Parts: sequence; C-alpha cells; structure tokens
Amino acid sequence: MRKINWPVWAGFLLSVIAFVSYPFVFARWSMTRDFPWANLLLFGIAALLLVIGVRRAFVPGQTHPKRSKIAASLLATLSVIVLGFFIFSTFIMARWLPASHGAPQVGQKAPDFTLTDTKDKSVSLSELRSSPINGQNPKGVLLIFYRGYW
Amino acid sequence: MDKFHQVGVRPVAISVDSPEVTRDLCEKAGYTFTFLSDPKAETIRRYDLVHAGAGINGQDIARPAEFLLDASGTVRWVNLTENYWVRARPEQILEAAKSLR
Repeated sequence: MRKINWPVWAGFLLSVIAFVSYPFVFARWSMTRDFPWANLLLFGIAALLLVIGVRRAFVPGQTHPKRSKIAASLLATLSVIVLGFFIFSTFIMARWLPASHGAPQVGQKAPDFTLTDTKDKSVSLSELRSSPINGQNPKGVLLIFYRGYW
Repeated sequence: MDKFHQVGVRPVAISVDSPEVTRDLCEKAGYTFTFLSDPKAETIRRYDLVHAGAGINGQDIARPAEFLLDASGTVRWVNLTENYWVRARPEQILEAAKSLR
C-alpha cells in the first residue's frame, strides 16, 4: 500500500485552519486579534510540516511515483497562497477603511438621530442621553458603530 | 457592560442590521445593552462612517467607530480605528469616561 505523505497533508490542513481560525476563533480576544500572532504561529508550524513533507517526496535515491511529487508541490504551493492571502487580508485589506473626515470630532455636538431598537421601539439620542441608568442621570453615552454581521 | 453603567455611561451599538438579526446576535452573545438598527445607513451617513459596498451582499455598512458623548451630546472621545481588526479596549474608554461629569 502506498504510504501517504502525512506531513504534507498535515501542513496544508494546518494552513487552512490557521487562516479560518482567525475570524472564527482568535478574533474574539483582543490579545490575539490586534496582531494575529497565534495564526502566524500556526502557519509557522504548517510551514515546518510542509518542508518535511516536500523533502520526503523528493528524497533522491528512492523511487517515488511522480504523482506524489506533484501532490506535495501542489499542497505546498496552495499553503503558501493561503498564507499570502491571510497576510493580505489581515494587514492590508483590513486597512481599506474610508477616511471618515466628516465624522464628529471632540468638542462637536453629535448629530441627533432616532432609530429602532431590538424591541422594535423608536429611540432617539436625546432619550438615550437623558433616561436614567440605575435610577441616576447618565454621565454620557458611548456610541459603538459596527459593521454588522449580515 | 456593567462597568460602563457603573461610571454612568450608556453603551449604544449601531449597525445596518435589522432588529431581528440583532436580537439573534444579542441572545447568542448575551448582550443586554441597547442595540439600534440603521438599515438605510442614514445615521451612519450623517456621522460620515459609510463603508460603501463593504457588506456581505454589497450593501453600504458602517466602518467601525466609537464616540463617547457627555450628557449634553458633545463628543468627548473618538476612536476611528485604522485597522478593522483593531478595536478600542474597554479600559481605554473607561479611562476617557472618567473626565465626564
């Protein structure tokens, strides 16, 4: 039975996991989200496995079917592409944000608004600024604009 | 979020998501503070936070931003992150909230 080159497969799978685990796992904690060191670590281990696996497929003096050399090279290349895309999306694409020069600055009045809350009720900024928190008048409001999930 | 209530700050989250979608999110994540829907991104536009076509279905959404307002509605602290993945930490905001009276 033909031996499977497990390091090459493990390296490739780990690369995919390293990529996917950023938005779904490591992005939950700011420690691993602000700079994706955990994912880069996983990519590093994947790279090690791939190097071991590719070397195995190309060891001179042993007859490996050509197919296994192609498979190993292909998986290694795909992994490099996955890493490349990861670096591109987390370091470059993530900064493709609009400049928002017109956003309210410190000292300016925040524009008023009336929007719907999760109970389908209309709520205005003036209400949010004045309705009591735990029986006391609020000292302030923190507006958190986020991308949304859909 | 209790930390914010303790210093008298009311957190309010805003996105283009519908109340229905947001309800789902809040249930799953256990959020109890105010979440508002701005489906046409009108308020988002007034705050100049539109990220055109960046939504999953190509719709306009908000770029991430936080504003700490005092009780009169004046902006006292702003965070316009340069990197979508890097957000303000609660400690930074709580620090800024100390100056509110």
